[in-house]
Amino acid sequence: MADITQLKEIASQVRRDIIRQTYYSNSGHPGGSLGCADFFTALYFKVLRRHPHFDMTGKGEDMFFLSNGHVSPVWYSALARAGYFPIEELATFRQLHSRLQGHPATHEGLPGIRVASGSLGQGISVAIGAALAKKLDSDPHLVYALTGDGELQEGQIWEAAMFAAHHKVDNLIVTVDWNGQQIDGPNDEVISLGNLPAKWEAFGWEVLHTPGNDMASLLHTLQHAGELTGKGRPVVVLMRTEMGFGVDFMMGSHKWHGVAPNKEQAIQALAQLPETLGDYPGPGEV
Amino acid sequence: MLEHIINTGSKATRDGFGAGLYEIGKLNPEVVALCADLVGSLKMEAFIKDFPERFFQVGIAEANMMGIAAGLATSGKIPYTGTFANFSTGRVYDQLRQSIAYSDKNVKVCASHAGLTLGEDGATHQILEDIGMIKMLPGFAVICPCDYNQTKAATMAIAEHYGPVYLRFGRPNWPVFTPENQRFEIGKAQVLSAGADVSLIATGHMVWQVVEAARALAGEGISCEVINVHTIKPLDEETILDSVSKTKCVVSAEEHQRNGGLGESIAGLLARRLPSPIEFVAVNDSFGESGKPLELLDKYGLGVPDVIAAAKRALQRKS
Repeated sequence: MADITQLKEIASQVRRDIIRQTYYSNSGHPGGSLGCADFFTALYFKVLRRHPHFDMTGKGEDMFFLSNGHVSPVWYSALARAGYFPIEELATFRQLHSRLQGHPATHEGLPGIRVASGSLGQGISVAIGAALAKKLDSDPHLVYALTGDGELQEGQIWEAAMFAAHHKVDNLIVTVDWNGQQIDGPNDEVISLGNLPAKWEAFGWEVLHTPGNDMASLLHTLQHAGELTGKGRPVVVLMRTEMGFGVDFMMGSHKWHGVAPNKEQAIQALAQLPETLGDYPGPGEV
Repeated sequence: MLEHIINTGSKATRDGFGAGLYEIGKLNPEVVALCADLVGSLKMEAFIKDFPERFFQVGIAEANMMGIAAGLATSGKIPYTGTFANFSTGRVYDQLRQSIAYSDKNVKVCASHAGLTLGEDGATHQILEDIGMIKMLPGFAVICPCDYNQTKAATMAIAEHYGPVYLRFGRPNWPVFTPENQRFEIGKAQVLSAGADVSLIATGHMVWQVVEAARALAGEGISCEVINVHTIKPLDEETILDSVSKTKCVVSAEEHQRNGGLGESIAGLLARRLPSPIEFVAVNDSFGESGKPLELLDKYGLGVPDVIAAAKRALQRKS
C-alpha cells in the first residue's frame, strides 16, 4: 500500500497523463479530470479492495462506477497506472479503433469500465443496482460512485438518492466532485445547487465533507466513509475540489472544462507537474 | 389450418407475464424483479410473495429503475423491470440507450398496457411508438407475444437469452389460442395457417384480428397464410421471404404506428430481397384516445374489416 508521499507522486503522474492525453487528441476534458486526480489516485491505490485483474461482475471486491464520464482522462490514467491495461494504450485516447473512447464505455472491452457514462445522471442508479446485488450475494464489499456537481441538476440523481435511503443501501459511498463549475459557468450562475449538504441530509444520507485536493484529508474522509457503511444509511462524500488543480493557469475557472491545451500550454502545464512514474510514449514533442 | 386455431377463452397477456415471471423466478435464482409503483397492473404479486428479497419497489422513478437494473445485471443478476410500455420506453430512452444497450446489459424490460387496447386511459398512456424506438437500439431484442400462453412462455424464455430484451404486452382480456406450456423460440416466426394468395403477418393482439380476417377471406375463396411474428427484432427474414415468395403480397398488422413498426421492418426486408406489394394495418401518424379496446381498434383502422380490406388491396396490386 502506498503512503501519502507515494500517492502524491502518483497523482502528479496522473495529471501529466491528463494533459498529454488531451493535448495529443486535441480534445477531452482536462479541467474536471485534474480536479479529480487526487481522488482517483486515492481510490485505486489505497481505498478500493480490488482484484488485480478486471472482473465485470465485481464479485468479492469493491466496485467503482463513474457517473460524470467526461472526466475519462483521469480514470483511464488511474486504471492504466493501477495495472488494468498497458500505459502505452493511453496514447490511443479518442483515436479511431481505441478502447479509450471519448466517454467511458464497455463496448470495446476496456478493463475497469462496467457501464458507459457521458449522458449525465445515471451512475448512482447503476451503483445502487450493484450494491443491491452484493447484498443478495452476501458480499461484504462496497460500491463507490463519483458524480459531478453540475450533474446533480439531473432529476435521476434524486430518484436514486430517495431509493437508496428508503431501501437502506448502506454499502454504497457516493462521492461528489464539488468544484462549483460547469460548462456554462459557475453552478451558482447556471442553476444553484442550494444547500447541498442539507439536501443530501434531507434525503436521508450520511454526509461527509472533505477538501478534494488534499491527499491526507481525502484519505481520512474516505476511510471514515467506509466506517459509516453497514449502519442503515447510504453515505455521500462532498469533495471540495478545484477544476484544473495542479496547473496554475487552468485553475479558478470553468473555461478548461472541455478545452484541450495547445502545445505551448501543454509544455507550460507539464513543467508544473513532476514526472514520477514515467510518461507513456507519446507520438510527439511533449 | 385455420379451423385448428381455437379461442379457448380470454385472458390478458399481462397475466401471462405475471405467471411467467413467477415460474422463471422458481427456476432461476438469478432472476430479480423491479417495479415502478405498478405491481398490481403488472401482475407481479406472486413473484413478490414468494421471492420478496429478489423484488425491488422503485416507486415512480422509471429512469432510476433502469439504472438499477443495469447495475444488477452488471453483477450477474437477470433483472426484469415492470411498468407500462409508455414509461418503459419514451420516458427512459436515454437510460435504455446508454446504461443498458450500449453497455451490453442483460436487462429484460417488460412493458404492459401497450397500444390502443389500453383503452379508457387515453393517448397519454397508449404508446404506439415503442417498437420503433426500441428496435433502433443496437443489441435490443423486441418481442411482442400474441396471447396469454405465449406471453408466459416468452417471459420465461428471455431469461435464457443473454442481452437486453424489450417484452411488450397489453392490458385487456384477449383470446387465448396458442398452446399451454409451449416452447418459445426467440426470433422464430410462426406460420399459424398455410395459404397461397396473401401473407397476413401480425404481432401481438393483432394476430387474433388477422386470424378472424383470414377466416372471413376463406369464405370468399381467398387463401391466407397467417404468420405470427412475435419477435420483431431479430426478424425471422427467411420465414417471411418463404411465405411471400409463394403468395407474392403481404399485409402487416400491428397495434403501433406505421412509422417504425413491424410493417416497416417487413417492407425494408422485401425492398432488399423480394420487392412485393405490402399493405399496412397500423395507426397512421396519429395519437389514440379514450374508448373501449375494440372500439379503438375499429376507429383507428385496426379492425377485422380493415385487415380484410387491406388483403384485398394487396391482392389487387399483384400483377
